[in-house]
Amino acid sequence: MTKAKMPGARAVIESLYKEEARVIFGYPGGQVLPLYDELYDADIRHILVRHEQAAAHAADGYARATGKVGVCLATSGPGATNLVTGIATAYMDSIPIVAITGQVPRFMIGNDAFQEANITGITLPITKHNYLVQDAKDIPRIFKEAFYIARTGRPGPVLIDIPKDTQTEIIEFDYPQEVKLRGYKPTFTGNEQQVRKAASLILNAERPIFYVGGGIIFSDATEELRQLAESIMAPVTTTLMGMGAFPSAHPLSLGMLGMHGTRSANYAIQESDLIIAIGVRFDDRVTGKISAFAPNAKVIHIDIDPAEIGKNVRVDIPIVGDAKNILKTLLKYIKQEQAKTEAWNKKIAAWKKEYPLSYKKDDLLRPQFVVEQISEVCPDAIIVTEVGQNQMWAAQFFNYRNPRTFISSGGLGTMGYGFPAAMGAKVGKPESTVIDIAGDGSFQMNSQELATVVQNDIPVIVAILNNGFLGMVRQWQELFFNRRYSQTCLSESVDFVKLAEAYGALGLRATKKSEVKDIIKEAVKSECPAILDFVVEREENVSPMVPAGAAINEILDLE
Amino acid sequence: MKHTLAVLVENKSGVLTRVAGLFSRRGFNIESLAVGVTEDPDTSRMTIVVSGDDHVLEQVMKQLNKLIDVIRVSDISNDEAVHRELALIKVGVDSSTRAEVMQIVDVFRAKIVDVGARSLVIEATGDESKINAIEQLLRQFGIKEMVRTGKIAMNRGAKIVQSEKR
Repeated sequence: MTKAKMPGARAVIESLYKEEARVIFGYPGGQVLPLYDELYDADIRHILVRHEQAAAHAADGYARATGKVGVCLATSGPGATNLVTGIATAYMDSIPIVAITGQVPRFMIGNDAFQEANITGITLPITKHNYLVQDAKDIPRIFKEAFYIARTGRPGPVLIDIPKDTQTEIIEFDYPQEVKLRGYKPTFTGNEQQVRKAASLILNAERPIFYVGGGIIFSDATEELRQLAESIMAPVTTTLMGMGAFPSAHPLSLGMLGMHGTRSANYAIQESDLIIAIGVRFDDRVTGKISAFAPNAKVIHIDIDPAEIGKNVRVDIPIVGDAKNILKTLLKYIKQEQAKTEAWNKKIAAWKKEYPLSYKKDDLLRPQFVVEQISEVCPDAIIVTEVGQNQMWAAQFFNYRNPRTFISSGGLGTMGYGFPAAMGAKVGKPESTVIDIAGDGSFQMNSQELATVVQNDIPVIVAILNNGFLGMVRQWQELFFNRRYSQTCLSESVDFVKLAEAYGALGLRATKKSEVKDIIKEAVKSECPAILDFVVEREENVSPMVPAGAAINEILDLE
Repeated sequence: MKHTLAVLVENKSGVLTRVAGLFSRRGFNIESLAVGVTEDPDTSRMTIVVSGDDHVLEQVMKQLNKLIDVIRVSDISNDEAVHRELALIKVGVDSSTRAEVMQIVDVFRAKIVDVGARSLVIEATGDESKINAIEQLLRQFGIKEMVRTGKIAMNRGAKIVQSEKR
């Protein structure tokens, strides 16, 4: 069989077909002109964003909602550097995206040419791997490897930088059947011996707790987790990244742990005798003061990335591998044993009863109330968040039932993430209601994407919890800087309803509790991109809270 | 505590940057690094000397292993191994000191690789302490210039560091 001859740019498109990537979020420019010319009649949906940062976040939101690899595309220089925040966001949260950038022609590289940036150098510390195409005939192999690296093992972003002259060079297209990477062989199956040891620890524990995160969601292990938790009757607490890994309303659920976690989750961790940590990385927002973290607990740590094991805390039983796979094996050894956890569950039930998440129930429109109403009106929605107070309230007061329904920048904490990520999620899951729970500050970091959602008919709903402040920073200033609100007040803010209308989206406002449900329903019914401006109590705090540097049981209720 | 790592990597451009970048962003200290191609032209071998406790070493090795272009990382600190550095040392001499310098070179089984009217270039190989010792002794004559390679190391006997599949 003769191999098809084609220019490098066409080979990129053919490679994307092979990887079943049918959606690209991108923005054209000089050094990707040959690529965009091929895209003109390719069977790929290209969504033209208004800023490259949004393309990266949208690819990331698409990946989180669907489990597939998200793809974004930008030109060289500023196009590529605008992707950087989005790539770093995906890297910190282990999200599989492939970012494609144009580059100046090979003979000009290193010459400080117009719109030249060393993007492989810049993204070295924020990609799982990256490539500069030095020979057009490598394009198929590089794409094969890039998608494979992005989605396997601990997922992450991979960048491919493609000089313009390689896009026009004619090559023979030969897509490899398999990857050959001597230095990349992720461990999938957990060591059986270790799993057996873990099972014996679990069966002998009196106060076990599951501490689970994004790894459960990425490996599609929610069902195995539920079975395991129910068979030993152990409570489950999730990280921010793990919201949706275990149903919020399940009797064994303790909700989120850590800085803004529930008291019951934090107390349970501190008093436990066994932590079963799965797909988590003992982040500082979770552990608080590390030396005082879970002083009496043994730790079983299950993770796909060996480098996470033992990084922050001492681990008794490390198990490297895929969470689903390992939990399946673990379930073989743990079958509806008579759990020793009765006293433990009583204690936890008492905590849960005494310390529910709460806020002041009065006539004022409070942000927590808005989130609860969204949860009631749209129980199956995919919730995307911005970063700050809105993110914490979205985690605390929405009733999550399914994986991939909570999408948030956990590691990097990127303001401006939510709206474009919601756009990506909606493109990937058009049948789902997708709601970005936003703050007025975060939303304004990427509000230009209103043009994108209107032009491409992507009906996402942005629910702005509008308090006229950079609320989380203001909260810290209130608590730790004597209420000196340095540069956190946005009060003479934008008219978001008019802003929505200016772009051709639906804009609605609620200032009273009684109006909240109505405008949510109206937005859902409209099937249009919509901005909901909830004018909420200005100085509401996220509560409870563990002050920075304190142990996680030193948790405060805030007014 | 110093550790010597033998790191097999893909022999292609940018790999050194990836390794060096990893060390700097994770806050690990490289004491020395030497790199060159191996018996397999597709593979390079780095010898990296890193200081830190066992926890640091474990993280260094795990993080190195995560790099796609890193094929194998071995800690050979505790193995029976040959450790070598090479130094070129230019010493200022005159007729009264030349003989003494040559004697020192002889004792250390080093070589004189260039002789000038007022200087000698000495090539010395050995482990770190030997290179330090000859440097120390030559200092009194006036070292004009010195260049040292990083350490390279290899296990003694049949034990080898190699990628799994060949």
